[in-house]
Amino acid sequence: MSVRPNIRPAGHKPPFWRDRAKRALIFQIILVAVVAAFLIYIIGNTQANLNARGITTGFSFLGNTAGFGIGQTLIEYSSQSTYGRTFVIGLLNTLLVGGLGVIAASIIGFIVGIARLSPNWLIAKLANAYIETFRNIPLLLQIFFWYFAVLRTLPSARESMAFGEAIFLNVRGLYLPQPLFESGFGLIPATFVVAIIASIALVIWNKRRHEATGKRIPVFWISLVIIFGLPLLVLVATGVPVTWEMPVLRGFNFGGGITIIPEFLALWLALSIYTASFIAEIVRSGIQAIPHGQTEAAQALSLPRKLVLRLVVIPQALRVIIPPLTSQYLNLIKNSSLATAIGYPDLVSVFAGTTLNQTGQAIEVIAMTMAVYLIISLLVSMFMNWFNARVALVER
Amino acid sequence: MIHNKETIPQRPAPKGTIGPVAWLRGNLFNGPINSVFTLLGLYVLYLLVVPTVQWAFIDANWVGDSREDCTRAGACWVFVNARFSQFMYGLYPSEEYWRANIVFAMFAAIIAWMVIPRLPFKRWMALFALLIFPVIAYVLLHGGYFDLPRVSTHRWGGLMLTLLLASVGMIGALPIGIVLALGRRSNMPIVKTFCVIFIEFWRGVPLITILFMASVMLPLFLPSEISVDRLVRALIGLTLFQSAYMAEVIRGGLQAIPKGQDEAAAALGMTYWKRMGLIVMPQALKMMIPGIVNTFISLFKDTTLVMIIGLFDLLGIVQAALSDSRWLGFSIEGYVFAAFVFWIFCFSMSRYSQYLERKLNTGHKH
Repeated sequence: MSVRPNIRPAGHKPPFWRDRAKRALIFQIILVAVVAAFLIYIIGNTQANLNARGITTGFSFLGNTAGFGIGQTLIEYSSQSTYGRTFVIGLLNTLLVGGLGVIAASIIGFIVGIARLSPNWLIAKLANAYIETFRNIPLLLQIFFWYFAVLRTLPSARESMAFGEAIFLNVRGLYLPQPLFESGFGLIPATFVVAIIASIALVIWNKRRHEATGKRIPVFWISLVIIFGLPLLVLVATGVPVTWEMPVLRGFNFGGGITIIPEFLALWLALSIYTASFIAEIVRSGIQAIPHGQTEAAQALSLPRKLVLRLVVIPQALRVIIPPLTSQYLNLIKNSSLATAIGYPDLVSVFAGTTLNQTGQAIEVIAMTMAVYLIISLLVSMFMNWFNARVALVER
Repeated sequence: MIHNKETIPQRPAPKGTIGPVAWLRGNLFNGPINSVFTLLGLYVLYLLVVPTVQWAFIDANWVGDSREDCTRAGACWVFVNARFSQFMYGLYPSEEYWRANIVFAMFAAIIAWMVIPRLPFKRWMALFALLIFPVIAYVLLHGGYFDLPRVSTHRWGGLMLTLLLASVGMIGALPIGIVLALGRRSNMPIVKTFCVIFIEFWRGVPLITILFMASVMLPLFLPSEISVDRLVRALIGLTLFQSAYMAEVIRGGLQAIPKGQDEAAAALGMTYWKRMGLIVMPQALKMMIPGIVNTFISLFKDTTLVMIIGLFDLLGIVQAALSDSRWLGFSIEGYVFAAFVFWIFCFSMSRYSQYLERKLNTGHKH
């Protein structure tokens, strides 16, 4: 558009505001200047404010003694530990509830998503009711419900609900028996690893044989038997070198066994149930996105129904399902920060909460907390890009 | 030539393909596995529905004004009843409720106008909702003008605050989101990088850390003589957070418009803003509406997080009411009420977005 030779004489240059390249350059210089001025203004103010409050910046506070206890610690921690240690504790607790939440949400979500497509009218409607109920209620409300309305109203330790003589549930949490491993137990995980390697080898061999001869063996069931049967066999052969430490009521509380705190249970339940409703919708739409012609074509080739699903429908559905699924996983991990509302000691609660209040190092603490979540998001989106590039349809 | 002018009378459908029995057989009891599932589903339904109905309706206490009136075994709706005006308006002074009511009514009227397809002047209504209504709402709610007594923002709360946070977050996020989305698709490298960093930063961190940042760090960023209202701080955080998500929705809509549209407009000699405003955006907006409604639903649910930084939205005020010593032990009633209100809003919005998706699906998608 900038060239109109029939009007302008040759050699005439348009004024610089008509030249798109120059205009873009000027605009970008202005943008950089504005952003820089904004940052300088903020940094100047912050320094003045920090000086006025007598707060020194820097990360040296991470070496100071924290002086507060934490309700759930996956690694050793005491109130004598440092703030750096509280950061690690919080991070591990976040990853714990995030990881277990992802697993539970996937299981519930896939079951409900498939049930939603069931030819059985009642099952489909029930699944739909589940999705529409839990998707439309704020997560924080669900966490509060599970924590304050359900788990906080459980009976006290003396009247706790018992499931067999091994599992106890009361207002202080869920008590499970803890396995104590005796010498010789190391053999069982070792067998497990060997079994997994053997099944992978079997799958590869089966695939090669199938491509060469067209024959195949039911490799899924065989691997299942190998992976679970072999360690079980070793377990029995070595005389079961495991004893269970049962939780026992001592005075006002239980001792021994594994204690799962109610904050964790409430957060885990709410996160899994809430996220599962989104995953169910993703699974449903992913499966429905596959045109019926694909199934019909596969049937026309007389593929058995099982193989139609495994070789035609599921691989194509996964291409649609996986990108939104990973963003749901990411949401779940970010949402686990709501832990702070009920006092589950996650990263935001112990670090951006207690540590921030005790030290006053707002900028460092918030920056570290945000950095953790940003790194997780970045890693997941890198995985996503890699995955998308791998499975993308090659169009010509 | 034989010519039959009579139409052959319709025969009834074969037996066993119509009627309730056939429906049952086709949808619930087709095969042994399905029958088992149906019975299992019925049992689950029985376990869920019967106690719930018993608790929430049959055995419930409806009338009264103190906890002594809750004598029956079921839900004590008296609690919700007694606290209802607080749940709606927060700590807003009760003699000024009419002001909030006017804003509620105008809000409802605008929504109804925009949603009902037959009503005309949609564009003017949208302009009114975006430009004039916020001013009216502010003057009415905050007061201080036209002899209206001032009501400071820390007394605002309940459903009123929830709706306010969601609407302001939405209205503020839309223009920022459009600018960010256009910037992300721009050819200018610095603008593009800036927009990508901005969007990915806000999308990568949880809302709660943003709210913490807004409440703890914003006062540090500003000169000490400027103090920002807590509600405004939360609004800034919510708006920036929402604008990043909005930008991604808008970018998705822009990407769906074939490049030829933009090129054709450029060939007609249109400038960048004319091409965007007259050709690309109107087409893209149509595709974006369902996505925008969906982000609005999640914003609406996310407003509950402001209670963590000390604002009393609907959930915050319910939670505060539960710790009232006169009404201890009615947490389930409180949560069920709050959940019901949120559910009504979110469910109707999601239904509306599905309806729009069907209506706007004019076959442009491939």
